[in-house]
Amino acid sequence: MNINTTKIISLLFFIFSAFYLYTAYQIQVFAFDENAPFNARTFPIYLGYAGLFFSGLKLILPDTNTIKVDHKNLEYKKTGILILIAIIYGATILKVGYFLTTSLFLFASYYFLGERRWILMFILSFPFVAAFMYLLHGVLNIYLRDPLLQLIGVMG
Amino acid sequence: MIEGILIGLTTALTIQNILMVIVGCFFGTIIGMLPGLGPMTAIALMIPITYGFDPATGLILMAGVYYGAVFGGSTSSILLNAPGVPGTVATSFDGYPMAQQGKAGKALAIAAWSSFAGGTLSAIYLLFMAPSLSKVSLSFRSPDYFALMILGLTAIAAFSSKGQFLKAMMMVVLGLMLASVGQDSLSDITRFTFNNMNLTDGISFVLVVMATFAMSEALTIILKRNDPTSAAKQVSLTELGSIRINKEERTKMYKTIPRSSIIGFLIGVLPGAGATIASFLAYGMERNVVSDEEKEKFGKGSVNGLSAPETANNAACSGSFVPMLTLGIPGSGTTAVMLGALLGFGVQPGPRLYMTNPEIFWSIIMSMYIGMVILLILNLPLIPYIARILAVPKNYLIPLILFFSVTGIYVMSFNNFDIYLMIGIAVVATYLRLYDFPMPPLILAFVLGGLMEENLRRSLLLSNGSWEFLWDRTLTACILATTILIVFWHIYKTFKKKN
Repeated sequence: MNINTTKIISLLFFIFSAFYLYTAYQIQVFAFDENAPFNARTFPIYLGYAGLFFSGLKLILPDTNTIKVDHKNLEYKKTGILILIAIIYGATILKVGYFLTTSLFLFASYYFLGERRWILMFILSFPFVAAFMYLLHGVLNIYLRDPLLQLIGVMG
Repeated sequence: MIEGILIGLTTALTIQNILMVIVGCFFGTIIGMLPGLGPMTAIALMIPITYGFDPATGLILMAGVYYGAVFGGSTSSILLNAPGVPGTVATSFDGYPMAQQGKAGKALAIAAWSSFAGGTLSAIYLLFMAPSLSKVSLSFRSPDYFALMILGLTAIAAFSSKGQFLKAMMMVVLGLMLASVGQDSLSDITRFTFNNMNLTDGISFVLVVMATFAMSEALTIILKRNDPTSAAKQVSLTELGSIRINKEERTKMYKTIPRSSIIGFLIGVLPGAGATIASFLAYGMERNVVSDEEKEKFGKGSVNGLSAPETANNAACSGSFVPMLTLGIPGSGTTAVMLGALLGFGVQPGPRLYMTNPEIFWSIIMSMYIGMVILLILNLPLIPYIARILAVPKNYLIPLILFFSVTGIYVMSFNNFDIYLMIGIAVVATYLRLYDFPMPPLILAFVLGGLMEENLRRSLLLSNGSWEFLWDRTLTACILATTILIVFWHIYKTFKKKN
């Protein structure tokens, strides 16, 4: 059997399905539901077996369409930085507020992706977010939580 | 019936109502283009405003918003590969590759004309078939729905791409597994939450679709930035191309539109089935009926592949009004929101509505149709401006896609956990996409997961735990036989190609 990344992903999916199946068997159901034809664990159990079946088949059968990815050409560093910025954005958005965090997220993302046109970067972050906030909050009446703007009295 | 249609037309064609349709189409298109804000959100947002009008005007405004948002959703599917609603996921299969080839304008024009034709044909079907269709939809039972969902999932897996059936089936199972997280709908027992309160209500559709499409698309573009094989695609993304559809493309559409509209309409009539299954089935069927040469183009910018789901999802939109108006059962999430609005107006949909209040029934249908006409007149000339979004450089577009994705989740839940979960799913999806694991089957399975479990539960309880329900009814057996045929046809074709 030729080992390639698709096979490794299938193996991981097989392990994941086994764990899912084990967890499905652990779902606590009501005593009167224990022997019912269908209870809260029935469907997940079938899904667990289906996952084992399809990933097992993928593992055993030979690959007809082997996918080769040239990792040397992939931009892992920039992608990683972008994911990290998104995580920081997610972590601060509730406490700091929508306007500042979103504007900073956009500005930082443009910068790390190699953009250096500062004025355009600024316009497409701070004023852009302000206009978008006005559309959502002011026009469409969609609530946007922003403790910072509420503190300085810009938002009601 | 003719009298009802005329009253419906007279109501819909007043200046005030035409203005409402124009306003609705415009705002619907803008809202629908924003990933995460689909027709359901757009209509929900309009409900408080419509209560200021009489029922017909309110419904006409919502009709405009509905079709505008569906068209807007197709636009973001084609231009950004970020479908805001499940019904436009299949549009991105060929619409986005077409945009990448510098034919974004053409893709949008094909989508607009197909949507219009799908809606027009389904309105004609509705005219002649509404009374009898309500009887047909009443005859569907849980086993039939369960079998229909199996058929939908198998079809999308089988037709997703060449030699990827097992990968697609793994994605189907993963989608169903994600849908099983949270409270069981009947017993309220929590499953796979690992005592995390944030997972009690399950994972939202918008989160999964944003993670697997919009966010993962953005990450893939960055990841493959220096990949010589994808460099050409990046350049052509900035080209709009002509919006003119040539004779050859028109000929292809003439064949695709009638058959896709029939599938779309019939699926739309089934309560709960809706535009998603319709668009996927139409796409799958279209791929099966076209020539081998055309089949090779599927997933790479095929005119048939784009026209089929666009026709079907619009035909299904009209079809989904049949169960809502005649049975009081919404055919889709969007019609569920509209059902709520109708009830707010004091209109009680149900089997008696068609008989006792035909003017309400027909004014809704006519306003939907007028909405589509206005949309076509309004949006076709605007395509070059809408498509300008492609001219945005990647350094700006990628952060903006991430920003729309996070905003979509943020305004929904105000919860950090959902944002982390979305980033986590997006990272996994990006890696899976690198190795050609298709995402559309995962999305469809996720959408259908709850309904599938519900129908399996009812079927098993009614048959006392026996699986005989799968062949007890002729209709169920026929649907399952079609599923088996698709699987065997796929296996046969694979082996034939291999030899």
